[in-house]
Amino acid sequence: MERFRNLTAQVMPLDRVNVDTDQIIPKQFLKRIERTGYGEFLFFDWRQDPAFELNNPRYKGAQILVAARNFGCGSSREHAAWALGDYGFRCVIAPSFADIFHSNAGKNGILLITLPEDQVQTLLDRAAKTGNYKLTVSLEENTVRDEHGFSTTFSIDPFRRYCLLEGLDDIGLTLRYAADLDAFEKKHDAEFWVTPRTPETMNA
Amino acid sequence: MAGNPKTLFEKVWTSHIVAEPQGEPALLYIDLHLIHEVTSPQAFDGLRMTGRKVRRPDRSIATVDHNVPTTANRLVIEDPIAAKQIETLRKNCADFGITLYDVESPRQGIVHVIGPELGLTKPGMTIVCGDSHTSTHGALGALAFGIGTSEVEHVMATQCLPQSKPKTFRISVEGELPEGVGAKDIVLAIIGRIGTDGATGYVIEYAGSAIRSLSMEGRMTVCNMSIEAGARAGMIAADETTFSWLKGRPFSPQGAAWDVAVTEWRKLASDPGATFDRELTIPAIEIEPCVTWGTNPGMVVSVTAAVPDPAAAKDEADRRAFTRALEYMDLKAGTPIEEIAIDRVFIGSCTNSRIEDLRAAAKVVAGHRVHANVRAMVVPGSQLVKAQAEKEGLDAIFREAGFEWREPGCSMCLGMNPDILQPGERCASTSNRNFEGRQGRGGRTHLVSPMMAAAAAIKGHFTDVRTWEFRRAEVLA
Repeated sequence: MERFRNLTAQVMPLDRVNVDTDQIIPKQFLKRIERTGYGEFLFFDWRQDPAFELNNPRYKGAQILVAARNFGCGSSREHAAWALGDYGFRCVIAPSFADIFHSNAGKNGILLITLPEDQVQTLLDRAAKTGNYKLTVSLEENTVRDEHGFSTTFSIDPFRRYCLLEGLDDIGLTLRYAADLDAFEKKHDAEFWVTPRTPETMNA
Repeated sequence: MAGNPKTLFEKVWTSHIVAEPQGEPALLYIDLHLIHEVTSPQAFDGLRMTGRKVRRPDRSIATVDHNVPTTANRLVIEDPIAAKQIETLRKNCADFGITLYDVESPRQGIVHVIGPELGLTKPGMTIVCGDSHTSTHGALGALAFGIGTSEVEHVMATQCLPQSKPKTFRISVEGELPEGVGAKDIVLAIIGRIGTDGATGYVIEYAGSAIRSLSMEGRMTVCNMSIEAGARAGMIAADETTFSWLKGRPFSPQGAAWDVAVTEWRKLASDPGATFDRELTIPAIEIEPCVTWGTNPGMVVSVTAAVPDPAAAKDEADRRAFTRALEYMDLKAGTPIEEIAIDRVFIGSCTNSRIEDLRAAAKVVAGHRVHANVRAMVVPGSQLVKAQAEKEGLDAIFREAGFEWREPGCSMCLGMNPDILQPGERCASTSNRNFEGRQGRGGRTHLVSPMMAAAAAIKGHFTDVRTWEFRRAEVLA
């Protein structure tokens, strides 16, 4: 996974609440078996509207997306994170995120920053009104800044932060506990009442 | 208990902790991994690239549901990309030793329908699937949640997941449900009250006499839509209803083992005095048949109400979302819900495609005809549901009324297969999401219960099922 340290980049505002993953990547693109190539389908339906932010040349090259609350709700499709990443977004700032999307983004090196609603509104307004509006995001310092006096710190789960900073492979981290896992499993396998298929019913 | 009362969630959580590293999420053991064609190919690829195996094929089960056509001749899939995805799942299951209930299997069906009906899902288990509606399985007292594809790969490789401990939220629905009001109305009413992010970060435990009185199918409908309130999972403590429903299913324990299992499962209910991070009580008497009017499941009102005015929204951001939703849905504030005419009806999905859902809809339909302007379809949740419905003659009732009777799959809930709405079409749907374009680009979805969908199919517009004229109720009593 790509590391996330610091990023200074153009911002695209998306001032909508409850942006669901069906909008981020509609279902017709989930039939593919690859992990890449979803960027061109990002917000596919909304992009049919010429006034949609993604079609606005002033946001071309944006790597930071600022959105309203409950971003990424709905389906668990990781394709939503793949599409955002593939398009070039490396960071999303919003007042809140849906749980599964939060996890998916982290596993793809996309930093999600939760800021209070009034601060997000400030960023949305500035991005919409200021040409070439940029933010500097530092995961090393937990800060978000612009060139017009906006500066704030954000909090993030320390382990999530560590994994993003180091670009760590989750499976590798879990395998540090292989011995615990073996021991747990040995005991747990005997608890047949929470086992989907026991040796007796394996071929039922 | 020893003076430390625990919730159902805490008991299941604690008994699955493999390790609790300092400063890191807990490692949670996963008892059952359900796999389908859409969210697994990249995970299997990841295993191949890193030379890893599926650690516990015996704790994994796969089926095909999202992409499969629901027409009688569905062995040939015309969409080459969908066909390839299904073919890929076949190869992956063969290569990694995972049981696959394929299109021709009598056990094929929507992954959240077949898990419980085969007895794979049991109280006290941890269950994951690359699908957000995995919360369904919580109806049996399991801790079940949806995951992304990276996590699918993680579970395949390690049978564990690093998880931060969620908070707990008990929602009690107390009292007797009025006639014509069911599980779908309960959960829509809850989401309407707390919003689509009202339970983010929480695991919900549904409790109270109205929940206890629900059948297993009804409980699954409620837990299924937990994710639509943002919850990580929804759970209902196992009780006699659960045990009698589970007994004798293919993968349920048998003989003496059954009795041991029930003894263990009984211990899982939340202890008296257990505390929750949040509580909400809703009187059942306040719940009416619900219809969504907007573009998320929280935009919902009673069938007797009117489309709300954006002026009623709680803040400016919501007001804009309301206005946008009305525009997308082509609705005007103040229009009575019962005056909204529909073009399509979809009875199906992991929310409402089980035998009891079909019985409830058939009871409404029996002796009536689908309205001339409406195209209506029933898509049973699994081959077993379909076979049972046919044994009971429900298919004949639907067909005689003018419904299409189809093969099992996710179908028009998300329209990954050819079952989609055309732009501008309006649908009364028993599914779980009314997002823009969910059932087809430009399509307009109204979420309702199976009875309400059936009644709308007959009338051509929404109607209050509490005043329905049941013509052949005796047949299905």
